[in-house]
Amino acid sequence: MPDDQPVLEVRGVTKRFPGVVANDRVDLDVRRGEVHALLGENGAGKTTLMNIVYGLYHADEGEILRDGKPVSFSSARDAIRSGIGMVHQHFMLIPVMTVTENIVLAAEPTRAGVLLDSETAAARVRELSDQFGLAVDPRARVQDITVGQQQRVEILKALYRGAEILILDEPTSVLTPQEASELFEILESLQAQGKAIVFISHKLKEVLEIADLITVLRRGKKVDTIARAGATEAGLARMMVGREVLLRVEKKPAEPGAPILEAEDVHVIDDRGLEVVRGVTFDVRAGEIVGIAGVDGNGQTELIDAVAGLRHPSAGRIVVDGRELTGASAREHLDEGLGHIPEDRHRRGLVLEFSLAENLALHDYDKKPFSRLGWLHPGRLVQWARRLLQEFDVRGGGPQTRASALSGGNQQKVVIAREVTRDPRVLIAAQPTRGLDVGAIEFVHRRLVEQRDSGKAVLLVSLELDEIVSLSDRILVIYEGQIVGEFAPDVSEEELGIAMTGGSREAAA
Amino acid sequence: MTDEIVEPAAGDDVETPPPAEPGGYAPSVAQRLAFYQRAGGIITPILTTVFAFFMGGIVVAATGHNPFKTYWAIFKGTGLNWFFHVGNHHIDIPFTNVHVWFPWNTAADIASSGYSVPANSLAQTLLYSTTLILTGLSVAFAFRCGLFNIGGQGQYIAGAITGVYIGTRFVGMPGPLHIVLAIVLAALAGAFWGAIAGFLKATVGAHEVITTIMLNWIVIWVGQYLFGIGGPLQNHIDKTNPKSDSIATNAHLSVWWGNPFLQGLHIGFFIAIGALIVFYLVLNRTTLGYEIRAVGFNPDAARYGGISVARNYITAMAIAGVFAGLAGVIDVLGYAFRLDVLDIQVSNVGFIGIAVALLGRNKTLGVFLGALLFGALINGTSTRNPGLAHVFDPRFAGNFSTMIQALVLLFIGADVLIIYVWQLRRKVGLDRRAESETAEGAA
Repeated sequence: MPDDQPVLEVRGVTKRFPGVVANDRVDLDVRRGEVHALLGENGAGKTTLMNIVYGLYHADEGEILRDGKPVSFSSARDAIRSGIGMVHQHFMLIPVMTVTENIVLAAEPTRAGVLLDSETAAARVRELSDQFGLAVDPRARVQDITVGQQQRVEILKALYRGAEILILDEPTSVLTPQEASELFEILESLQAQGKAIVFISHKLKEVLEIADLITVLRRGKKVDTIARAGATEAGLARMMVGREVLLRVEKKPAEPGAPILEAEDVHVIDDRGLEVVRGVTFDVRAGEIVGIAGVDGNGQTELIDAVAGLRHPSAGRIVVDGRELTGASAREHLDEGLGHIPEDRHRRGLVLEFSLAENLALHDYDKKPFSRLGWLHPGRLVQWARRLLQEFDVRGGGPQTRASALSGGNQQKVVIAREVTRDPRVLIAAQPTRGLDVGAIEFVHRRLVEQRDSGKAVLLVSLELDEIVSLSDRILVIYEGQIVGEFAPDVSEEELGIAMTGGSREAAA
Repeated sequence: MTDEIVEPAAGDDVETPPPAEPGGYAPSVAQRLAFYQRAGGIITPILTTVFAFFMGGIVVAATGHNPFKTYWAIFKGTGLNWFFHVGNHHIDIPFTNVHVWFPWNTAADIASSGYSVPANSLAQTLLYSTTLILTGLSVAFAFRCGLFNIGGQGQYIAGAITGVYIGTRFVGMPGPLHIVLAIVLAALAGAFWGAIAGFLKATVGAHEVITTIMLNWIVIWVGQYLFGIGGPLQNHIDKTNPKSDSIATNAHLSVWWGNPFLQGLHIGFFIAIGALIVFYLVLNRTTLGYEIRAVGFNPDAARYGGISVARNYITAMAIAGVFAGLAGVIDVLGYAFRLDVLDIQVSNVGFIGIAVALLGRNKTLGVFLGALLFGALINGTSTRNPGLAHVFDPRFAGNFSTMIQALVLLFIGADVLIIYVWQLRRKVGLDRRAESETAEGAA
């Protein structure tokens, strides 16, 4: 359905930030009724480019054409006025206000010039949501609705202001797989009604699923624009990263030994006082990777916390290498040879304000050679860090650089370097590749398999089915706090999907 | 990550502007501000202070006085002009008869020959600063563990009361021993008072701001009772005054600059300097400091790292209490020599410590400079500053000092705003330049 005249043209846009060229003479055409994916690694300049289009940044060079006419936006307000809407990764909604209030904010229909005409506003919102299949309750407060629904509110907000071009920045990063597929249906309906959509992503699968055209950016430069037809994951990955990327993990068959990590009828209560892990029993043997698959929020986080000693189980036993650690402190778990790549590297894995050297010693700062009798040896921390940063190919800083200055992938490498070099007997990897791009994912996967091959017991928890299937030697499915099935890695994703939603519970029992 | 990819090189020791995501994403506004806040280390507190003085000047002008003359008089009252009076002088090496040439006149003792007014004023400023260094460290140390210690005042009084108690008892004790005993017990009293708040935070999660304020009031009322009429520590001879006995003379801290009988600068100043060094070493060179900083930055990550967050809350508050308790005992052994009910009611050095710590960004050098600034300000705006009386109503002078403190606090809270305005100003300047260039090009 796309017609020929592009509604949005980007011509030779260059944007420099101190020390980096974020966009280097980038061209882009977007047409009506087209979903145009902007694909690239973290830091490839995708968001910067769209922020320029949306009037948040000024391009240093180049121009932007709207319906063939050059435009210059000095703020997002200008962009909105010319029919461009953008949904950011972090929503800009006011939690205590209703859906309708949020949508009409700053463009409220009024009565007598000053009074909010809430009936007209609600009617207009309902009309829009019917038209594009965006089901949300206009009277609900934003704080009470799910993230997926909040995203729809953001989309409605843009449509309400007359967006003809809709920019979505990594829209699926906050969604569950179910919500993501609902989003795609919405996008198709928008597309059918002639809207142009720019879809920013670093995930190959979803881009191939939804986009008509795919523009790949690498290091701020446009690599190429290709049609979906004929594009492959491997081809796109090569364009993104600039070299061949192994999307499949290469590994030998596992040679499992004796059980190292044993959990027996573990029950865990979460912060709200609810029992979210309800009697989980499993073991992980030396030299194997056991994957725990499940939809987010089925007790994985709390189970991991219990195994790592960060949360006391309310019942059950946790044994590491024959030694009971139930109820022991995090420190005792660490000393017993437990390594833990936490699911949130910002909240837990790193002290972002600390230097990399300090972060790399987070578990062992109080041991030789880093300290003696309570005195720290900063020089030895730095020395150690220099070695690890080189060994694990961490880029973007030295031992004294603050962890916050690194990119997500390099931060994760720091966490992995720390956990792996402690030579743990058990390694817990919770969502180890969340938010990473293909190159970094490959690195993390290779390291995990290396750990397995050196005889470690690896427990992998991930929301990405791909990751679970390609890395695990055995797969456990968790549903509502219970293990509902065990599968071999050659299981189909459909079968896993059914188990993850509670389908095969009877069959497994 | 390929070989051809060149990461923006970040040196080992320099803090480069946040490369954010290497090679790409523009750093967010918050990221950039956080960076400037760090990088601008010394710039922001200076800007903050300048803004505060500027606003103070407007107030002075509004009252019909000349702000420049007022500030000049205050400056002279602080004794900081001492450094400008370079001449041919000498100092005596202690315990010898040797004199050494020295560019400044150190005769701060009004009874000595060649007495220098600025030297005396400077000694007074440093006397105030001594206390403020310690109360500032108290607040700063707790801050580094992520705790807001409003209780410096209570810990200070706890230390002062303990100091008075020990100093007025054990009269026959040898001086140095007596002093050490008083200081150690007072520091422990401060530590105990601070640790209560840490303990409540660690065990039941009671917020330290609330508990430290409550603890302040408890210790103030305890002091009122102890030194009030008929109280157990009230003066034994003068039963009509709500004050303590006087500290035994050999428990006085010796004065090394100025007149010992007119509030000279005592050796407590060196204790404060020592405390600064201890503060730095503990935080940066010990595993305890590592834990405290980790908890302060990110308690979740600290716990994950195997650090006991609860224990560090208690320890940090106890150490904060040690600093404030030291301030209390040094004041009573150094120049106050007694405590009365009014002292306890009006004292606010613990609260000024908050301003000192905030202005000093909880860093060692920052606390020192902040304490110096506030010490100078208190001394310079004191009603005892004769120069100020000529240009500014002395009755308002004390309020003026409080006002500047309040303005500094206000602007510290708004430092991000100040940086933002600063950046904006520069950006606007650049835009204007760019515009004029294009205009020239067109012409």
